[in-house]
Amino acid sequence: MKRLSAKLCQARRVVSACILFFLMGTATVHADETSPPRIPDTIQQRIAACTACHGVHGEGTPESGFFPRLAGKPAGYLARQLKDFQDGLRKYGPMEYTVRQLSPEYMQEIAEYFSAQEVPYTRSPMPRLSAEALARGEQLVTHGDPSRQIPPCAACHGSQLTGVKPDIPGLVGLPYDYISSQLGSWRTKTRSTVAPDCMSEIANRLSASDISAVSAWLAGRELPADMHAQPAGSVTPPLHCGVLGDKGDGA
Amino acid sequence: MKRMRSIVMVVVLLALVLVGGWWLRGGKTPPVSQAASKVDAATLRDPALIARGEYLAAVGDCASCHTEQGGARYAGGRVLATPFGNIPAPNITPDPATGLGDWSFEDFWQALHSGKGRHGELLYPAFSYTSFTKVSHDDALAIFAYLQSLAPVHQPAKPLGLGFPYNVRNSLKAWRALYFQEGVYQPDPSQSETWNRGAYLVQGLGHCNECHAPRDSFGGTQNSPSLAGGQIPAQDWYAPDLSTKANGGLAGWSEQDIVDLLKNGQSVRGTAFGPMAEVVANSTQHMHEDDLRAIATYLQSLPPRPLLAEDKSPLDTTPILAQGAKVYAARCADCHGDNGEGVAGIYPPLSGNSSVNEPTGINAMRAVLLGGFSPLTAGNPRPYSMPPFAQQLNDREVAAVVTYIRQSWSNKASPILERDVIKYRHTPVD
Repeated sequence: MKRLSAKLCQARRVVSACILFFLMGTATVHADETSPPRIPDTIQQRIAACTACHGVHGEGTPESGFFPRLAGKPAGYLARQLKDFQDGLRKYGPMEYTVRQLSPEYMQEIAEYFSAQEVPYTRSPMPRLSAEALARGEQLVTHGDPSRQIPPCAACHGSQLTGVKPDIPGLVGLPYDYISSQLGSWRTKTRSTVAPDCMSEIANRLSASDISAVSAWLAGRELPADMHAQPAGSVTPPLHCGVLGDKGDGA
Repeated sequence: MKRMRSIVMVVVLLALVLVGGWWLRGGKTPPVSQAASKVDAATLRDPALIARGEYLAAVGDCASCHTEQGGARYAGGRVLATPFGNIPAPNITPDPATGLGDWSFEDFWQALHSGKGRHGELLYPAFSYTSFTKVSHDDALAIFAYLQSLAPVHQPAKPLGLGFPYNVRNSLKAWRALYFQEGVYQPDPSQSETWNRGAYLVQGLGHCNECHAPRDSFGGTQNSPSLAGGQIPAQDWYAPDLSTKANGGLAGWSEQDIVDLLKNGQSVRGTAFGPMAEVVANSTQHMHEDDLRAIATYLQSLPPRPLLAEDKSPLDTTPILAQGAKVYAARCADCHGDNGEGVAGIYPPLSGNSSVNEPTGINAMRAVLLGGFSPLTAGNPRPYSMPPFAQQLNDREVAAVVTYIRQSWSNKASPILERDVIKYRHTPVD
């Protein structure tokens, strides 16, 4: 009996020591909070490496087109671009360095963050092109050029050209410089993706003047009221595309 | 007198002929066929041996060099840039035509232990056999069994990017005589089992000294104190000194700090970045706790280092420090703190940080320019990151803020000049 009460006494002492220790612990935490920076546990804070150039909401630099807008682009498309930089299929040293260690899960999370951002679209500077060139651009976007096996952009990127979830990006609301440089980089192989790389095929069928025409017409187009990507399955792509997996078979 | 001179000439000529013959004599030996190997096929298929080999291959970080960006694991193709030229890593999957499919264990041992290819040709020490020679026979067998268990990938070797005289493999004879000592690790009986395990891992499979030691103009590390830190040639990163004692790069690091960095990619004293981030992600995070503790035990036994002479440059750093302080307050303090203290578990401290204070300043400059994520590990699957400032700060601002960081709080490192930043701004990232 004596031994039991001694034990109880000991247990009580341990408990009070624990409580005291806990209180001291919280007290020090509170005291510390004043000095070191307080860092929010948010995805936005975690990806400061991305937002430094692409903007906190993925707005990019529309005035120059140098850092692309990420806001509102379909998540599957964005995650694919991260993977392509990681694998060296897209070439840009700083991006390759930044994403080299990221896991597929983390890249998906980052892609979803930017995809969910709602940022108004702004106009970017455009070159002056002749009416014929713009007409050629419109022709390529809406009807393609069957004689050179160029499908219309709208066949994959949607009737509104706002993209199709989850893998196909929109083409309207983007700067002229951005669109033309992407088409150019498919030709110089600094931008590629998993085979069959259908955009590379198409970009290589376009002439240099076609690239200017398409880019200018797209960049100058009035924006539709709803800029969101269309629902999955809205299009039946005319080419086999590695990025669309089996979905590219519907020729 | 004339006669004397001609005798000397003859002797010199004879010596040249002999040396030349030794130089050019191909040390070619036929490979050991798998049928003739002392290791039978059934042994190599032992799942327990293969599993151990997988672990050891991770410890050795074989995949980092033997995998190309976006390529099949272990199928080779990554090109290692050296001051002597580019050396592509070979395919080590068991493909008979382009990999190790026809290799016997004896062939593998000859490569790992003696630095010789299957036909006795001398291998370039970009393959770190200077360290791997210390790996035990049993561990080498396990790694070989694992590599032979992989799915074969057909991927031919890329051409060697070396010019004369480095493309003459026999020129390595002289190099080997100077820098290569063949031999399995011999335990030090005066030290504990843990210490010996740590030394074995650090000096052997871990091949830490291949980066963490200065290389001389012939690319050798033999003549400097081990793990004393060094600039990685052609890649332009600085692998810091690893001594935890006085004046060491890791001065004051506890065993737990070392284990944390290797396991999670960050400790309260620093975060791995650049090439070490890759080492953590591919290798050390997969290591068993007791092996990490053994490594920490060994590193903590490294000797103190001599005190570096204080910077006595006549440069008046007052204006650059004032500019640096402004940049720091605007760009850095929100995360790293007003006093460079960092945020435990998130952002590394800059005060007392080995990568901030390393002698060249390369790491701090490139960290500012490139930013990037902390290593992604099982313990830190959604790491925080640092913005790249290459687009936002000019060379002068980078020099100013790095100088400010290197000379504030507990830091007393040398100043950085604008021309240093110009040099490293465009260093390729791989």
